Amino acid sequence: MTEDTKFHHGDAQDQKPIIRMVDIQKHFGSVIALAGVSFDLKPGECHCLLGDNGAGKSTFIKTMSGVHKPTAGEIFFEDKPMHFEDPRDAISAGIATVHQHLAMIPLMSVSRNFFMGNEPTRKVAGINFFDKKLADEITMEEMRKMGINLRGPDQAVGTLSGGERQTVAIARAVHFGAKILILDEPTSALGVRQTSNVLATIDKVRSQGVGVVFISHNVRHALAVGDRFTVLNRGQTLGTAKRGEITPEELQDLMAGGQELAQLEGSLGGTV
Amino acid sequence: MSESVQSTAGGDERIKEISPLRRALIRPELGGMVGTVAVFTFFLLFAFDSGMFTAQGVMNWSVVSAQFMIIAVGACLLMIAGEFDLSVGSMIGFAGMMIAIFSVTMSWPVWMAIIITFVLCVAIGALNGYIVVRTGLPSFIVTLAFLFILRGFTIYLPQTIERKTIIGGIKDAAEGDWLASIFGGKVGQGLFVWLGDNGIIEVFERGTRQGQPVVDGIPMLIIWAIVIIIFGHVLLTKTKFGNWIFAAGGDAEAARNSGVPVNKVKILMFMFTAFCATVFATCQVMEFGSAGADRGLLKEFEAIIAVVIGGALLTGGYGSVLGAALGALIFGVVQQGLFFAGVESSLFRVFLGVILLGAVILNTYIRRIITGER
Repeated sequence: MTEDTKFHHGDAQDQKPIIRMVDIQKHFGSVIALAGVSFDLKPGECHCLLGDNGAGKSTFIKTMSGVHKPTAGEIFFEDKPMHFEDPRDAISAGIATVHQHLAMIPLMSVSRNFFMGNEPTRKVAGINFFDKKLADEITMEEMRKMGINLRGPDQAVGTLSGGERQTVAIARAVHFGAKILILDEPTSALGVRQTSNVLATIDKVRSQGVGVVFISHNVRHALAVGDRFTVLNRGQTLGTAKRGEITPEELQDLMAGGQELAQLEGSLGGTV
Repeated sequence: MSESVQSTAGGDERIKEISPLRRALIRPELGGMVGTVAVFTFFLLFAFDSGMFTAQGVMNWSVVSAQFMIIAVGACLLMIAGEFDLSVGSMIGFAGMMIAIFSVTMSWPVWMAIIITFVLCVAIGALNGYIVVRTGLPSFIVTLAFLFILRGFTIYLPQTIERKTIIGGIKDAAEGDWLASIFGGKVGQGLFVWLGDNGIIEVFERGTRQGQPVVDGIPMLIIWAIVIIIFGHVLLTKTKFGNWIFAAGGDAEAARNSGVPVNKVKILMFMFTAFCATVFATCQVMEFGSAGADRGLLKEFEAIIAVVIGGALLTGGYGSVLGAALGALIFGVVQQGLFFAGVESSLFRVFLGVILLGAVILNTYIRRIITGER
């Protein structure tokens, strides 16, 4: 894992960040969910946001995607201060969130799902018709790029595995112009094989210049694709590390915020 | 210790070939097609001599089927969008009664009575939809309430105004009215006269209409059915909006996340269902020349059954307008066929129950195939 320090998937480190979030605080009544979190994301980078349950990961990405407004702190999107009023603002700016239970409809075909809400149309006799042929072609093409071989564009999403569904959702977000892709625990419910599918997808998306925010509490998944790692604990940033500067054990310790887990992990043979 | 991050683009080893039979099973119309063939085979074998397949007989079950089709298309699109409308039957009675009250009691021109009734009924459909999407209550409950509300008014209004539950005299009022003829008229008279003259169809042998063909034209009801089916089918499968209908019924939350205006889609489908019910009512009123308080009783269930026979899922997100039309055809042919064959008509209900159960079981099985669950 750690020998792969310099050569990973395009060096994005010297570019300007797409989004910069400075000292974000979010209070819910008397509860301080975020107590000053700073974070930035560059094009073509996969920035992992790690943390145990309750660390504030979800609150933080909801702030980024416009669901919550920060109590204090500033967001700069492409170097301009940004105030998202609602998630739609964030989406139209190019911030796409792929949720765990995502926007796929099992009974509908892949191509109908892919273009749901963004259907291409073709005018015939002054009436706009759904251009199914174009939709099918684009879908097949995009799926091929992502390494999913469909039986046909009419195949129902319900027949795809969980990992493939994630991949369709990611491909869709990228196709419709996402600059930032927020993946909220995309691998937590998946098996080993499907997880590697999703991680491969993240790698492909990154190489197209999209910034990926990858939320996970699985250190191994994060280390497999991440360029940088930010650890949250109790609403605060515990630090950001570059790939190669940190070992899985250190990362795990940071997340757990203590030494007991290290011992526990030792007795479990490093499988946590 | 890390997983290798490689593309699994290699091959199709994860995709099993599916047999053409299973592929055909996935078409929602399949049940309807098989049923149609079965029903026609049955009646051709056992009731061929009953007059069911003479010109008059064909027209008879065609009209009945067309009636079912008109309301089935509305119910089908609404069901695919994930909702039910149990108030269709009451809406039919209500719409007919409003036309009668406006045109006969209030002596408005019939075209105005029809237009106002359409506006009123589609608005009630919109209200149905609005309540459903606003409150998040099951449409089953909301429209059940409207089933009683509308039926109640349909009985109350004529009793209060005219002291009877049937209002007649619409035929006289509609004489020469341009809009009334679009619902109650017939087309193709010339063709049928020609067919009669050339001995292709029978002509009356005596009486005042001697020499005229036994069927003198295609009722506008059938034309409406065809137009509504084509409209519904094109809307559902060939337009952007059709995709939204599927999405709204498949998973409303996921559809919303993708920017589909789910509430708008659902309300529009409630309005379309109300529109279809009003078309049915207007054609019926123009044909009978009267409006009765009990018109349209149980039609909502017949529409839903036709849709389910046609392959739509009761849970929404899947179905076909053509399938629903075939379901309606099966319905009409069996109902009239049993009559022609001299079978006790109460058995029709037995048939309905059996075929409904069979269709639902088949559909559930088909859904498992589509979604890949076993």
